[in-house]
Amino acid sequence: MADTNATAVNLGYGKSGSYLSTPANGNLLSWLTTVDHKKIGLMYAAVMFTFFLVGVSLGFLIRLELLEPGTQFISARTYNSVFTLHGVIMIFLFIVPGIPAILGNFILPLQLGADDVAMPRLNLMSWYIYMVGAIMALASLVTGGGVADTGWTFYAPYSLNTNTNVSLAVMAAFVLGFSSILTGMNFITTIHRLRAPGMGFFRMPLFCWGLYATSWIQVIATPVVGITLLLVFMERTLGIGVFDPARGGDPILYQHLFWIYSHPVVYVMVLPAMGIISEILPTFARRTIFGYKAIALSSMAIAVVGYLVWGHHMFTAGMSDTARWVFSLLTFFVAIPTGVKVFNWIATLYRGSIEIRVPLLYACGWIFLFSIGGLTGLANGALATDIHLHDTAYIVGHFHYTMFGGAAIGMFAGVHYWFPKIFGRMYNEKIATWAWGMIMVGFNLTYFSMLILGLMGMPRRYQDYLPQYQTFNSLSTVGSWILVAGILVMFINLIRGARRGALAPANPWGGTTLEWQTTSPPPLLNFATPPTVTTGPYDFTEILKERQPQEVES
Amino acid sequence: MSHEASSTMDQPHGHVVHVDPEGGKTSMWLFLFTELLLFGGLFLIYGVYRHMYEPAFHHAAAELNKVMGVTNTLVLLTSSLTMVLSVNSLQRNQPKRSMNFLVITLLLSAVFLVIKFFEWSAKYHHGIFPGTEHLHAMEHGEGLFFNLYFMMTGLHGIHVVIGMIVMLVVLAKIRSGAVNVNSNGILEYTGLYWHLVDLIWIFLLPLFYLTT
Repeated sequence: MADTNATAVNLGYGKSGSYLSTPANGNLLSWLTTVDHKKIGLMYAAVMFTFFLVGVSLGFLIRLELLEPGTQFISARTYNSVFTLHGVIMIFLFIVPGIPAILGNFILPLQLGADDVAMPRLNLMSWYIYMVGAIMALASLVTGGGVADTGWTFYAPYSLNTNTNVSLAVMAAFVLGFSSILTGMNFITTIHRLRAPGMGFFRMPLFCWGLYATSWIQVIATPVVGITLLLVFMERTLGIGVFDPARGGDPILYQHLFWIYSHPVVYVMVLPAMGIISEILPTFARRTIFGYKAIALSSMAIAVVGYLVWGHHMFTAGMSDTARWVFSLLTFFVAIPTGVKVFNWIATLYRGSIEIRVPLLYACGWIFLFSIGGLTGLANGALATDIHLHDTAYIVGHFHYTMFGGAAIGMFAGVHYWFPKIFGRMYNEKIATWAWGMIMVGFNLTYFSMLILGLMGMPRRYQDYLPQYQTFNSLSTVGSWILVAGILVMFINLIRGARRGALAPANPWGGTTLEWQTTSPPPLLNFATPPTVTTGPYDFTEILKERQPQEVES
Repeated sequence: MSHEASSTMDQPHGHVVHVDPEGGKTSMWLFLFTELLLFGGLFLIYGVYRHMYEPAFHHAAAELNKVMGVTNTLVLLTSSLTMVLSVNSLQRNQPKRSMNFLVITLLLSAVFLVIKFFEWSAKYHHGIFPGTEHLHAMEHGEGLFFNLYFMMTGLHGIHVVIGMIVMLVVLAKIRSGAVNVNSNGILEYTGLYWHLVDLIWIFLLPLFYLTT
C-alpha cells in the first residue's frame, strides 16, 4: 500500500485531486478504458438507470392498459411481449446486477480501505460483457420473430415453440450471467485479500458482508441457469429434446434448473440492500448496530438456506408431496434470519439519537415495504394457501414488494446515502423528501391493490379482466402515476444535485466506516494515507465528541 | 493481509494495478468452481434421464467407440502430466524446458481433438447428430442419450479449444519473457484450468462410453 501511494503522488494525484478531476477526464475514451472501480461503478449506473427508466415506462404502460376492463391500446398479444420485456429488463439488466455493480463497485473498496478491487481489469471486462449482453437483449427486440412473449422465466415447452426471438433473449441472459459471475469472483477475492490492516472479517462493515454473501450466490447459482438457458437455445436451434415432452424430455426439469438459480438470485437482489440498511441505521441513530455478528451471519444463513428453497415456485407444477412439504418447510426457515435482521435493526434505533434525514427515510420505508413483502411471501410458501394464490395478481404484488421494495428502494436508500461521497455534492433534501413521500404512497397504492386483487381471484399476466376487479385495478393504476412521478422527481433532483448541488464535506452524515474518512469525492487511489482499523465498524465515540459534545456522557 | 507480498505496476491513465498472486489463485479456483457447476447442470440432467430411461441408455452407449474413448482419456491424462511439468520447470527457472512441455501439451490436446473429430464424423455419417431426422426418429431415451453426449462432449471440446488458445498465448509470453520464474501466475492458472478439463473428461468417459 505504501509504495502504491508513493507512486500515486509521483504521478501527480495527491491528497486534493478527486477521481473525477484526473487529466483527460472529459474524454469519453478515458472512461471506456478506465480500470478505476469508482468510474466503472458510475458507468454501470449510467447504463442501468437508463434501463430502469425503460422498465418503469413499460410497467407504466401495463398499468395504463389495465386501468379499465377491455382493450385500451395494447392488444393481448403485444401485452405478452410488453410484460416479458418489462421483466427481462428489470430483472436481468437492473435488479440482479444493480446494487453490486453500481454501489458495490464504488463503495466496497472504499469501505475495505483498499485502493481498488482485486482485479481492476477484470472489473472493466465485466462491464463490457454486461454491455454485450444488454445489446443482445436489445437486438432481440427487433430481430427474428420480435420480442419474446414467454415471461421472464422462459418456461419450456412454450419457450421452445414460440416464434418470437427467445433464442437471442436467453443468450443475452447467459452473457449477463457471465458478467455477474466475474463481478462476484472479483468481490470475493477483494474481500479476502484487500481488507485494511486490522480489519478482521468481523470488523467489516455490514454492506461488505451483504456483498460477500451475494457474491457467493452469484458464483454458485449463476452457472446452473447459464447451462439451462444454453440448452433452451440448443433446443430451439437443434431440437435436442431435453426439455421437450414430445422427445422424451421433461419440462418440469427445466423449472427445477431455472429456479435452482432464480430463487437464490432473489437474495442476490435483496442481500446487498439489507447491507445498505445496516449501514444507514447506525449512522443516523448515532449508535452502534445492535447484534453485529447476528446480522453478518444471517446474511450467510440466508444465502445458504435460500439455495434450498427453489421448489416453492413449483407447488402446483406436479412435484411429489414429500418434495412439496420439504420445500415449504425450508421456505419458512428463510424467514428466521430475515426476522433476526429486522429485529436487530429496530433494536439499533431503540434509544439512539435519531436524526431523520433522507437516507434514513428510505431505510425505514425499506423495512416497512420489505416486511410486507416477506410476510406475504409466507402465504405463498404455505402449501394450502399457495394453491389459491398461485398465478394471481397477489404474486405480482408480493414480488414487487420484495424486488422493487426490497432491492430498488434499498438501492435508492444507498444512492441517497453515498451520493455526497460519489459526487462531492449534495442533492436538495427537501425535494428528495417529497420524492420519497410520493414513491411510498404510490408504491403502496399500486402494489397493495394487486395483493387484494389476487386474493379476489384475478389471474396475473392477463390483458383484460372481469368488471368486479375494476375498482382495485383503477386504484393500482392511479398509484402507478404517483409512483412514476416520484421516481422522476427523485432522478431529476439527483441529477441536478450532481451537477450544481452544494459542495459536500468528507463526512456529511457522521458515518464511521472507512469511506467517510477520505475526501468527497475520493482521490483516484481512494486514500491519501492508507487507513488502519483498530475497532469495529460502528464506533460512534469520536463522532459524538465532534458533533454533539453536550450529549456525550462523561 | 499480504500487502507486503504484493508488487505493483503502472497502467495507462496513471492507475496502479496490484499484482497479487494469492488473489489471482483465489479467483481462479472460484472460476473453476463455476465451471464445475456449469457442467453440473448437464450431469444432473444426465442423471435424471438415465434414471428414467435406463435400458435405452445402456443400449445407446454400446454404439460409442470404447477404444477411441479410452485412448483419448490416456492422451488427456498425459497432457495434464506434461502441463504440470511445464509449470514446474518454469518455477525452477527453466523457461526452455517449460516451453517444450507446453508444446507437448498442445500437441496432445490436438491429438485429442483429432480423435474426437473422427468419432463425431463417424456418428454423423450414421445420421446420429443433434437435429437429424434419424435421431428424432429414435426411441426417446436413446435420442436423449446421444443429444446429451453431443452437448457434453461438445461443451468439453470447446473448453479444450479455449485451453489451447490460452496455452498459445502463454507460450508466446514465456518466449518473450513476460511470463517468467518470478511472474508465472498465468501459466499456473492455465494448468489449473487444464486439470479441470481433464477432470470433467474423466467423468464423461464412464458415463457415456463405459456405462453398458
